[in-house]
Amino acid sequence: MDGPVLRAQGLAKEFRGFRAVDGVDLDVAEGSVHALVGPNGAGKTTLFNLLTGFLKPSAGRILLGDRDLTGRRPEQVARLGVARSFQITSLFPQLTPREHLELALAGATRLTWRFWRSDRLLGRYAGRAAELLDQVGLTAHAATPAGTLAYGHKRALELALALALDPRVLLLDEPTAGMGAEDIDRTVELVRKVRAGRTVVMVEHNMSVVSSLADRVTVLQSGKVLVEGPYAEIRHDPRVISAYLGDPHAED
Amino acid sequence: MIASRPAARPLLLATGLLLALALPWMVYPPVALDIACWALFAAALDLLLGFTGLLSFGHAAFWGTSAYVAGLIALRSGLPFPVAVLGGAASAALLALPIGYLSVRLRGIYFAMVTLAFAQMVYFVVNQWRGLTGGENGLQGVPRELFGLDLSDSFLFYYAGLPLVLLGFLAVWRIVRSPFGRVLASIRDNPARAQALGYPVDRYRLLAFVLSAALSGLAGGLFAVGHGFASLENVYWTTSGQVVMMVVLGGIGTLWGGVLGAALVVLLNDYLVTSGFEGIGIVTGAIFVIIVLVFRRGVWGTARDLVRPRSGGGRRDRPPGEADGTPARPQGVGSPV
Repeated sequence: MDGPVLRAQGLAKEFRGFRAVDGVDLDVAEGSVHALVGPNGAGKTTLFNLLTGFLKPSAGRILLGDRDLTGRRPEQVARLGVARSFQITSLFPQLTPREHLELALAGATRLTWRFWRSDRLLGRYAGRAAELLDQVGLTAHAATPAGTLAYGHKRALELALALALDPRVLLLDEPTAGMGAEDIDRTVELVRKVRAGRTVVMVEHNMSVVSSLADRVTVLQSGKVLVEGPYAEIRHDPRVISAYLGDPHAED
Repeated sequence: MIASRPAARPLLLATGLLLALALPWMVYPPVALDIACWALFAAALDLLLGFTGLLSFGHAAFWGTSAYVAGLIALRSGLPFPVAVLGGAASAALLALPIGYLSVRLRGIYFAMVTLAFAQMVYFVVNQWRGLTGGENGLQGVPRELFGLDLSDSFLFYYAGLPLVLLGFLAVWRIVRSPFGRVLASIRDNPARAQALGYPVDRYRLLAFVLSAALSGLAGGLFAVGHGFASLENVYWTTSGQVVMMVVLGGIGTLWGGVLGAALVVLLNDYLVTSGFEGIGIVTGAIFVIIVLVFRRGVWGTARDLVRPRSGGGRRDRPPGEADGTPARPQGVGSPV
């Protein structure tokens, strides 16, 4: 593993006096799977929104390689190589998975400004879209409106969408949230498959998922980094145990 | 945006075309022109309301500005009327650029209010600039000519103007079913997700706004030239309200619904005016309320849902939110009204 590809330095976000993220330093090594864990309200999703430009930091910097991402808009962050999935499934209910992926693949081109051409033009991405659908196991549902897909399939489509951007860094916000054991296993397999050549940062509550995927774990509490290290080290750290035991909602 | 079954589509198109051609025989020719122009105006607004998810309450600014510009071009230059109308449409697009730039970043009711405010500013300017616009008298005696051919007969002018309207419809249809239109649909359904895929959402909204304004201008310019005058009413807020009403009546996000809504409203107004009834607003208002309450998706949208089997069929012509079983609710509309 090389040096850090994604770095946060002194990152902070304040909402009306409440510091949701409070001076976080984060170094994500190139090619690693880096998990963010912590009790509810620890600031994980806020941190994600800061890293992807959906929120503007009150203080601190974000770097992708040696490029400054601080203050950039979400679409710019996405184009520079940081793609994200959403914790609450976030799709276009009327579009089919194939249409989703065509949109994601066409995003970086000028094609999507062409209001005078037929949308069949997007068919040129059909091949790559089919590959991605196959990869996440959605081939059979390629033409079903996303709004009517089963929950597990929606989550798979979330992942495929982020992958379609071919990002350097893939941010997954609770990829197994609300899943049954079977879907969780499949998602873990999937992440394992797609991490090749990529860096993955994931927010995850499920400790068995973290232990089987993550190279490094950062534990957040009250917007601050509590401890960071390999899973095997941090799992026995007394501070981590008390952080989780101190919060009755920790294991949901 | 037609019924889902492929066989129904050309049939519907042929019926629509036939009706458009027969219209001046069925109703008083100036009314036929009104229907055609308002129908295009409604389709242009639907491009924004139904397919981009933005409720503009200031589209009179574009319809009216084009009416005046087209009228002035025809009056002062003597160019053939289609040039004047296209000039009007271009001026509407130009006007939409700054207005859109300042308003597309706003959401929901704020967008509606800001577009209304801009339209009122345009109204103010048109009213004050008497030397150019004629103030309260409006622009009178706009010539209707095409290469020396006198088209002041409304029956003839209808057929001279119809190609422009059909061209406008073709443009709306093309935009909705273009790669750009696909992005608009995704922005309407989930702007944050579109951003996460790398789409600069506000810039797409801006282009949609400008295109919608240009097509509204095409309709407004033709309307003014066709009647031989432009008046303050063209830029007044009631015009903005009327076109929104037509789209909602007919069905948001259906295109054909706007056409139907326009025909209904124009015919009803005409009927009430000629019958000498004075409380027109009461009647149209009551009908509006009833239709909105009974047909949640507008007349067209509801009829289509009845005809079409629930599963399978069309894709993007579904009104917003239907796929997940929630009623249509584009941004800027607090309720399906």
